[in-house]
Amino acid sequence: MTKIKSLLIALLLSLGVSTAIAGSHGSTLDVVKERGKLMCGSNTGLAGFGNPNDAGVWEGIDVDVCRAVAAAVFGDASKVEYVPTTSKVRFTVLQSGEIDVLSRNTTWTVSRDSDLGLDFVGVNYYDGQGFMVKSSLGVSSALDLDGASVCIQVGTTTEMNLADYFTFHGMSYESVPVETNSEADAAYLAGRCDVYTTDASGLWASRAGYPNPSEHVVLPEIISKEPLGPAVRHGDSQWADIVGWSLNAMIIGEELGITSANVDDMKGSANPEVKRLLGVDAGYGAMLGLSDDWAYNVLKQVGNYAESFERNVGMGSNIGIARGLNALYKDGGILYAPPFR
Amino acid sequence: MRSLALNDLSHNKYYNWIVRNFFSTWLNTSLTIIALIFLYKIGTFFLDWAIFSADFKLNFQGQVITDRTMCSKNIAPGEYGACWTIIYARFDQFMYGLYPAEETWRVNLSFFLLPFAIIGFLFDKLPLRKYFIFFTFIYPFIAYFLLYGGPNLTIVETNKWGGLLVTLFLGVTGIGLAFPLSIALALGRRSNMPIIKSICVIFIEFIRGVPLITLLFTANVMLPLFLPEGVNPDNLLRALVAVTLFQSAYMAEAIRGGLQAIPRGQIEAAQSLGLTYWQTTRKIVLPQALKIAIPPIVNTCIGLFKDTSLVLIIGLFDLLGIGKAALADMTWTKLYYEVYVFIALVFFIFCFGMSRYSLYLEKKLKTDNS
Repeated sequence: MTKIKSLLIALLLSLGVSTAIAGSHGSTLDVVKERGKLMCGSNTGLAGFGNPNDAGVWEGIDVDVCRAVAAAVFGDASKVEYVPTTSKVRFTVLQSGEIDVLSRNTTWTVSRDSDLGLDFVGVNYYDGQGFMVKSSLGVSSALDLDGASVCIQVGTTTEMNLADYFTFHGMSYESVPVETNSEADAAYLAGRCDVYTTDASGLWASRAGYPNPSEHVVLPEIISKEPLGPAVRHGDSQWADIVGWSLNAMIIGEELGITSANVDDMKGSANPEVKRLLGVDAGYGAMLGLSDDWAYNVLKQVGNYAESFERNVGMGSNIGIARGLNALYKDGGILYAPPFR
Repeated sequence: MRSLALNDLSHNKYYNWIVRNFFSTWLNTSLTIIALIFLYKIGTFFLDWAIFSADFKLNFQGQVITDRTMCSKNIAPGEYGACWTIIYARFDQFMYGLYPAEETWRVNLSFFLLPFAIIGFLFDKLPLRKYFIFFTFIYPFIAYFLLYGGPNLTIVETNKWGGLLVTLFLGVTGIGLAFPLSIALALGRRSNMPIIKSICVIFIEFIRGVPLITLLFTANVMLPLFLPEGVNPDNLLRALVAVTLFQSAYMAEAIRGGLQAIPRGQIEAAQSLGLTYWQTTRKIVLPQALKIAIPPIVNTCIGLFKDTSLVLIIGLFDLLGIGKAALADMTWTKLYYEVYVFIALVFFIFCFGMSRYSLYLEKKLKTDNS
């Protein structure tokens, strides 16, 4: 009896200790502030999205989200520690608290949002599965691809999407299975397949690396929805708001024409939304638990969404992706941030 | 006169050897010629690609290469070979990962000291070996202080470590820690005490029964889920634990092979002289058993060294991981051959070194026994 009792006591004690540890570390914002830097789950290397450059500095459109959060919290976009994650470990690393935000070309889906205990707080890139063909084929639409041979990575959702798309349109195709991106490039360039299909951003990055990029076209059809965005852990709404609005601030910045270059001048703007965003009208930072100049810091140090996009994946980079879906709603895209008021 | 005769003799000897081994029959002669042509083609192709028509810092137009589009082979496709500039431009990352540039002397110093730390362990006739062995035992503390930091040195978190540093760290530390552990496991497995024996057997068989990748995932993904939120053992440390456990199980089996080769009579003789178990083990059994087990031990070490590249799937930038990151950079993308050939070369240098060492030991063993 006494043995069982002492065992129970030991068990209770250990439970108490662990809850004490768990309880003591409070809200994510406090933890981040106390640590003095943001832990950001990033890619192990994806061109334009998250990759260390020659000097070892992380760059990319996903990296810019982390920099924006750091700018919002600390007023210093460089206070980020990047944790490279693979697609296999990314969610656990976030769940275990090793990172504060996961910004790593991750598709927002219902199962991830609910079952995995994550909260997606926005979309920083609308991706989707596309097709690339040699321009010499003279194909201008995916609907002309009946009977084509298609290079496809085995065991991925792209395989199912492809089958669905071709069946739905009553077309046939011959699949050329490949294992990795690099293998797909080699097979496609060697002419083993007419078409290469994967996420459009990946197609653009591949194309940019080919000897003569202009000899290849990415077809306009996008056959799946892959909204990529930053995610945080369930259960800390304040932190989710901060990350989400750091991204929104960049998008609103573009809407209002605020860039890293003119943000100081814009402080004198008469537009009330600009005033609220840049903290000229005080009070909005406090609602998020941040200082009033948080969005000013984001736009000053990271720039607005357009700047980030062009610098990393757009025409200003050597990937050269057109804005497409990722243009603002008023420019024909679907990028739409809630109003800042 | 004498030297001439010797020359003749040796000439004859080599000549005879060549004839006997390569040109003894018509079939052998034709196979030799085909093999030579093949080797010549491959060799000249590779040398041409890797050296003679390759770019190092400048392209064929004499410009300094700053990105892949300036590589000769991308300007004039089909005419030029490798573009080694990617290795040159990212050499620091291949060596140190994302370690801060101003602190890399610390890594260099620990790389430089590493041979001194293992040399005493490897060669028994080394002068001043006692001091080298002593250094072997304090080296881990020096290296930890240098690499991680401490008083007077800025702390460099392990998520900044990468490249060859991580590969060597996992390889050397894993092997170093696994060695004593594996001796204990091997002895435990041959113990007469049932509890110790069964613990060792279960441990060894369990670890050997799962792939290293599973252990790495368990250490990296499962472990943090069991621990309270916010308590996160270092990522690299977790990988190191997995690597060490894996290596110790394999090494233990190699050592057990050595232990089994010691005739029972020697142990009985030692016991009859009144030596205790530990005395017998330390003075009679282990020195002989380890000598016998050295080739298989080195074998597992080579295997482990190459297996460390698996850590890239848990997001550590080892040599292979940092190479992939270099390839993902649009500045250098698609220079696959250069990166993978370079990584293969680095791995080859280390693995070949280990295999030569094992050969040297085998030869030494032979003379010892004769």
